[in-house]
Amino acid sequence: MQKHTFTIALLLSCLALVGSAQYSLLDQYILTVIMFMGINIILSSSLNIINGYMGEFSCGHGGFMCVGAYVSSVLSVALFTKDKVFGPALLPPDLAWLGFPFVILAGAGVAAIAGLIVALPSFKTRGDYLAIITIAANYMIISAIENMDVIGGPRGFQGMKRVINAMGDTADIPWMLIWIIIGTLFSIWIIRRFVSSTYGKGIIAISQDEVAAEIMSVNTNKMKIAAFMLSSGLAGLAGGLFAHVYGYVNPQSFNIMKSTECLVMVYLGGMGSLSGSVLSAVLFTMLIEALRFVIPEIDSLMHTMGILPDSYEISQVWKWVIIPLILFFLMQFRPEGILGNRELPDLFPKLRKLYSFR
Amino acid sequence: MLQGFLQYVINSLQWGSFYALIAVGYTLVYGVLLLINFAHGDIFMVGAYIAFFVSSMLIAELSGFASGWMLVAMAVPLTMLLTACVGVTLERVAYRPLRKKGAHRLYVVITALMCGLILENGNLALLGASRKKFPEMVDTVVLNIGGASITNLKLMVIFAAIGVFLFLHWIVTKTKLGMAMRAVSFDKFAVPLMGIPLNTVIVFTFILGSGFAGLAGMLFAMSYPILEPYMGALIGWKAFIAAVVGGIGDIRGAFIGGFLLAFIEIGVASVLPSSFRDLFAFSILLVILWMKPTGLFGIAKTTKI
Repeated sequence: MQKHTFTIALLLSCLALVGSAQYSLLDQYILTVIMFMGINIILSSSLNIINGYMGEFSCGHGGFMCVGAYVSSVLSVALFTKDKVFGPALLPPDLAWLGFPFVILAGAGVAAIAGLIVALPSFKTRGDYLAIITIAANYMIISAIENMDVIGGPRGFQGMKRVINAMGDTADIPWMLIWIIIGTLFSIWIIRRFVSSTYGKGIIAISQDEVAAEIMSVNTNKMKIAAFMLSSGLAGLAGGLFAHVYGYVNPQSFNIMKSTECLVMVYLGGMGSLSGSVLSAVLFTMLIEALRFVIPEIDSLMHTMGILPDSYEISQVWKWVIIPLILFFLMQFRPEGILGNRELPDLFPKLRKLYSFR
Repeated sequence: MLQGFLQYVINSLQWGSFYALIAVGYTLVYGVLLLINFAHGDIFMVGAYIAFFVSSMLIAELSGFASGWMLVAMAVPLTMLLTACVGVTLERVAYRPLRKKGAHRLYVVITALMCGLILENGNLALLGASRKKFPEMVDTVVLNIGGASITNLKLMVIFAAIGVFLFLHWIVTKTKLGMAMRAVSFDKFAVPLMGIPLNTVIVFTFILGSGFAGLAGMLFAMSYPILEPYMGALIGWKAFIAAVVGGIGDIRGAFIGGFLLAFIEIGVASVLPSSFRDLFAFSILLVILWMKPTGLFGIAKTTKI
C-alpha cells in the first residue's frame, strides 16, 4: 500500500480537480491557469530531454509547438465541424470526444517528423551552431505557416471552440481540463520511462562526452534522432492542447518568445531534472499570472510616489523584460537551477518509500 | 534586360553592405572569443536609435550653421562611439563575469540571447510602440548609370562598407592590436603569459564590432527612415547567416557572405512573393551548415580526444 501512496494521491487530486471544475467550485480563471500549468509542464519537461539530458542547446521549441497546434487544429476542425474552408464535417460531431486524442497525437506525430529538421544536421554540428539551426527551424516553420493562406496565414486560425462545444454536447464535463491532465501525465510518464531506459542512458552519455560514447558503442545518431523526435513530438502535443484551450492559434504566438519561455522554465528547474521541470513550470506560470496584477500595482504606486512622469505608464511589455532578466541572473548566479541534475527524492530520501518506479 | 540586371546588382550591393557591416561584428567577436554574440543584431537596433537621437539633437542645435553632409559627418562618429559604449557595457556586465568564472559556453550563449531580448523589449517598454521617423539630413540625389538609378545614399552605404573592410583588414593584418587579436583567437591561455592584456584586446574587439554596428544603424536609418524596436532581430539573424555562410571568424568571409546572401535574397524576392525571403534565407543556412559546417572560408577543426 505504501508503495502506491503517490500514485493514489495523484489520481485523487486529479479527480478532485475535475470534480471541482464540474461543480464550479473553482472559477474559470483559476482553471485556465491550471490548464496552462499542465501545458507548460509538458513543454519544459520535453525540452529538458534535449537541453538537460542530452546537453545540447535547442531554442526552437516554439516552432514544433506551432506544428502540433496547427496540424491538430486543422484536423479537428476539418473532421468534426462545419467550416467555410473545409466544408461539412467529415465525421459526426458526436464522435469528437473519441477522436480528439487521435487528432492531438497526429499533431504530435507531425511535429516529431518536423523535429527531423533539427535532428539530421545535429549529427555533424554541435553546440552553438546547433542552437542556430534550432532557431532557424523555428523561424522557418513560422514563416512557412504564415505563407499558407488556406489556414489563415498571419491572421491565424480558429474554430477549435466548436469542437470543444461538440464534446460538451455529448457529455457536460470539463473536457479540456481532463485532456490536459491526461496529456500531462502521459508526457511525464513517457519522459520518465525514456530517460531511465537504455536510450536515456545513451543520451546522458552523449551529454558527458560524445566521442567516448560513440567509442563505447552508443549509436549516437540514433539516440539523437530519438531524443529530438520525442522532444519535438511532445512539444507538438502541448501545442495541440494549447490551441484547443485558446480556441485560436496565430503563428506569431509561437515565435522566439515562446521558445524563450520554455528555456526559462528548463533552466529555472534545473537541467536534467524531471521534477525540477515540473516544479519550475508551475512556479513560472504562477509568476507570469502574478505579473499581470503586480505590474499595474507597481505602476500606480510609482505614480503616487511621484517617481514617474504622468505621461509614462509601466505596461505589460515589462513582462518580457523581466522574463529574460530572470534567466540572465540565473545564468550569472545559479546556472544549475533549482534542482540541477537531481530529482526530488535525492533531496528528500523519505519520498522513495511512497512510490514504486517500474 | 541589362538595365534591370544592373539595378538588381546595385540594390543587392546596398543591401549586402548592411549585412556585411553587421556580420563583421559577429565575426570579430567570434574570432577572438569563440562566442556567438546573439545580442549583436539588437546592438545594431540600439545604434539606429542612438543615431536618431544624435541626429535630432544635432539638427535642432546646428541646422542653421552646418550643411546636411557636415551634420552626417558629425553624427556618424558620435553614433559609433555611443554604440561602442553599449557593446562594451554588455561585455562588462554580462560576458566578463561569466568568463571569469569559467562558466560553460552554453551559459554564455543563453546570456547573450537574453541580453538581446532585454534590449529589444526594454526599448519597447521605455520608448513605446510608436515608430520613430528618422529626420531627413541630406537631399537624395538620383544618379543614372547606364539606365539604372542609384541614389547618393546608396553610393555612400556601398563605399562605407568597402572602406570598413579595408580598414579592418589593415587593423587585423598590419597593427599590433590585430596581431594580439589573432593570438587570442589562436590560444587564449598562452596569451596572458606572453604579456598581452587579454581583457583590453577583448574590449577593443567589442568596440570595433559595436562601432560598425552603430555605423550600419545610422546608414540603415538614413536609407529606410522608420525605426522600430524589433528591426534588429531579423536583420541581425540574417547578418549572422551571412557570417556563417562566409565562414565565421574570417573578415573576408563576412563580407562575401553578406553580399552573397543579399544577392540571393533580392533575387528570390524578385521572383517569388517577398514573404518567402526569410524562409529562403534560413533554408540556405540549414543547407550550408549541413554541407559545410564551417562555411566557405572556414577551416575544419578536429576535436581532440
